[in-house]
Amino acid sequence: MTRGNASAFTGAMSPSVRLQEMIRVIRGARTQGEERGVIQRECAAIRAQFRQADNGTRSHNLAKLLYVHMLGYPAHFGQMECVRLIASPRYNEKRVGYLGAMMLLDEKQDASLLITNSIKNDLSHSSQYVQSLALCTLGCMGSAEMCRDLAPEIDRLLRASNSYIKKKAALCAVHIVRKVPELGELFTPASRSLLSEKNHGVLHGAVVLITELCERNPDTLEQFRKAVPELVQIMKGLVMSGYSPEHNVAGISDPFLQVRILRLLRILGRNNDTASDAMNDLLAQVATNTDSSKTAGSAVLYETVLTVMDIKSESGLRVLAVNILGRFLLNNDRNIRYISMTSLQKIVQTDHNAVQRHRGTIVDCLKDQDASVKRRALELSLALVSAVNIRSLMKELLLFLSSCPPELRAHTTSGIFNAAERYAPSQRWHIDTILHVLTTAGGDVRDETVPNLIQLITTATELHCYTVHKLYRALITDISVQSLVQVACWCIGEYGDLLLRGECEETEPVQVAEDDVLDALEMVLQSHMSSPATRGFALTATMKLSTRITHNVDRIRSIVSIYGSCIDVELQQRAVEYNALFKKYDHMRAAVLERMPVIDKSSPGHTNGESAGGSIKEMEPTKLTQEVVLPQGPANQVCDLLDLLGGSGEPLQPSPALSTTALGPVSSTAGGDLLDLLGGLDVTPVPPSVIVYEKNGMTLKLQTDKQTDTGMTITLTATNSTDRDITSLTLQAAVPKSVQLQMKAPSGDVIPAHGLGQVTQTVLLNNPNMVSLKMRVRVCYTSQDFVCQDTVQIDSFPSPAW
Amino acid sequence: MMHFLLLLSRQGKLRLQKWFTPVTEREKKKVIREMTLMVLACPPRSCNFLLWRDLKIVYKRYASLYFCCGLGDQDNELLTLEVLQRYVELLDQYFGNVCELDIIFNFEKAYFILDEFLVGGEILETSKTVVGIAMEEAETLQETMEEYMSKPTY
Repeated sequence: MTRGNASAFTGAMSPSVRLQEMIRVIRGARTQGEERGVIQRECAAIRAQFRQADNGTRSHNLAKLLYVHMLGYPAHFGQMECVRLIASPRYNEKRVGYLGAMMLLDEKQDASLLITNSIKNDLSHSSQYVQSLALCTLGCMGSAEMCRDLAPEIDRLLRASNSYIKKKAALCAVHIVRKVPELGELFTPASRSLLSEKNHGVLHGAVVLITELCERNPDTLEQFRKAVPELVQIMKGLVMSGYSPEHNVAGISDPFLQVRILRLLRILGRNNDTASDAMNDLLAQVATNTDSSKTAGSAVLYETVLTVMDIKSESGLRVLAVNILGRFLLNNDRNIRYISMTSLQKIVQTDHNAVQRHRGTIVDCLKDQDASVKRRALELSLALVSAVNIRSLMKELLLFLSSCPPELRAHTTSGIFNAAERYAPSQRWHIDTILHVLTTAGGDVRDETVPNLIQLITTATELHCYTVHKLYRALITDISVQSLVQVACWCIGEYGDLLLRGECEETEPVQVAEDDVLDALEMVLQSHMSSPATRGFALTATMKLSTRITHNVDRIRSIVSIYGSCIDVELQQRAVEYNALFKKYDHMRAAVLERMPVIDKSSPGHTNGESAGGSIKEMEPTKLTQEVVLPQGPANQVCDLLDLLGGSGEPLQPSPALSTTALGPVSSTAGGDLLDLLGGLDVTPVPPSVIVYEKNGMTLKLQTDKQTDTGMTITLTATNSTDRDITSLTLQAAVPKSVQLQMKAPSGDVIPAHGLGQVTQTVLLNNPNMVSLKMRVRVCYTSQDFVCQDTVQIDSFPSPAW
Repeated sequence: MMHFLLLLSRQGKLRLQKWFTPVTEREKKKVIREMTLMVLACPPRSCNFLLWRDLKIVYKRYASLYFCCGLGDQDNELLTLEVLQRYVELLDQYFGNVCELDIIFNFEKAYFILDEFLVGGEILETSKTVVGIAMEEAETLQETMEEYMSKPTY
């Protein structure tokens, strides 16, 4: 039932009751639809009223519209009415007009410009309440253009007016400076003199204005440093004054003003010894005398602590401040504990030891019910981890992880991993910690956790047995956490033989049969919970076990052949390739599936770890390391091993029996003896060359043809002292990452017997970064019906002929 | 500085909104929605400080109303609790035993009181009495309906 038909205005009713009537009616609507209907009718009436001539109801109609707007309904048709009302001579209409402007207009609307003139006029109105309306509106929503226009007027009001207007002009100036920073210079003189005002409102506005000016202009900041004694005096007055009913809040005299002054002092004292000295005593006084039993006092103390820690304060004062924070940490009030931790976080780098003293309390806050407190405690705990406390603190963090709110889990896991990375006391502890995290929160860890953990496991060579046992046990318990399952599969595939051996030093060994292990992997393969990537891991692991178990290889064969028709393309490809490995390349299977070398940390895919200059391991070509870190199908692995040295793309037939990955130092004996062995091959005087390889009658020599700062040209020469030709010779080379390698075509691939001929190959090296040049060469050849393959490392090159 | 101040009822209805930075209507609605969800979900006796986007959120519940404001990173959260307390006291001083209904039916007065206390996101006046006097004197400038009708129009 709607009372009071909107179109029939009854003059006897007082207008404000009309507004309240409407509100009552709207609130009485029982459904959203009914409410909409009422509001549509009211808005139509309001629109009609707006179009009419002035009948004294305009302000109330606008007020009604503003209420409707607050409920979320459109009210843009009221914008022009605001402009009209602001221009009205009646205070009531101006008041509502300005309110409407602040609610419906913002600087983005064109209509806001239309009120600039009214504001200008009202700023010089005879009534201070009209002036105040204009000042308030300008200070809340003035656009840059309006600010530029009216700034001189504001400056005038800052100097010559009563305190009611001055304080509003000050905050208006603050807004102007935020919008148009260049205008700061205009207000600087007036703001200085405002500091001598007694009125708290004006003083507060002045401090806010000065703060704003100093933050934006370093010259102004320098200027206002001279005002520090004055500010100190004002502050002293507030702190020492007796009870003042007008300004007292819970025993503190005007805490709002005190906090703003402290904030300004902070800016003035920062990086400046003189200013900091001048405020030292005051800060000590405030810190000791302020009663913090209520929020007002704590607010002042909090600001004091922030100031002390940010300026160049005496060490005694700093200690005092940290102690206050420590006290806050023990406060019953959650808010106080929260801000204490926020402040401690700011100083944990610079005053680390001081904060460490409170570690116990901070760690207790991890157990607080409140999410905000927990978050702060987590941040601070992670910042406090050190080599000394890593074991005990990690216990707490892991405990926290098991019950922490979901939005903090990802952050917690990455924090734990970082801490473990930096301070792990032992590899076993490190592995245990990561496994614990994966079991508790494996779904919230970052993607690189899996390769990182695998890398860590490979380096902990003595712990392989222990690790695979732990992971096997974890796997048979629960296969839902993908990251954990992936690592477990990889480990079982790699170290399954250790698992089956049934003995382990570090932990209770399991008594499993080959079938049990294969069962576990097959469970992962078939489970709906396993992601495609996880299934890939499981399949590869199963395949790898074929060289580590003895009885059940047929079972593996059948698994692999079944997945040859899997719908998942990746799995299908792998299965097909593994099948091929079984059928056509069975002789290579053992080599292909043998133990991985220790994975180097500095390869791409690791975000941490710096490359140690010149280490041998660093020389893997980029594409190889990527594949080694993330295990893929063996077909790829075969190619990768073949491509170990990059360079020449000729196919090789490495024989597993004879292949090595030896990285032993080069035996570079003096050339003299060997030249004799090779007979009269070298007739012409040649530049000095070194023998880099000598085996099975095959000798490889290296000579430097040309050398510059950024590169060199070398020639590899292969000779044969056996009585039969060496055939299928191929040479491959690898160099450090930043070096570019180009191998020219070899002169042939047959080395005549008895040293009657040689094969040469030229290699161009371009070294733009001028790193220390090293090279690894792989030789492959067939001699006496054996296929031979060797790798040699060349650490130094002979000097060139010229 | 304060970026915004919102008064929300326990049912999530907006009772007052003051924006101290230029915000589009759409963005305002979004902020209101998110604040409502965040603040109404907090259990009682929680910490009154939250983090949201790049702002610090301070909220406090008074009877059936949640007072919720967004602060810049230099602002003192504990002091802001006192600011909210002061605003409630000013409303109480004006309305006498203020309750949510007062703010619903006299929302423009709530805004006028706010404008005597905060301007541009900063505190304007730290004395309760001064604000009270200002409100009284402004009221005397308000005229009755009959006086309106008898005034000449321009």
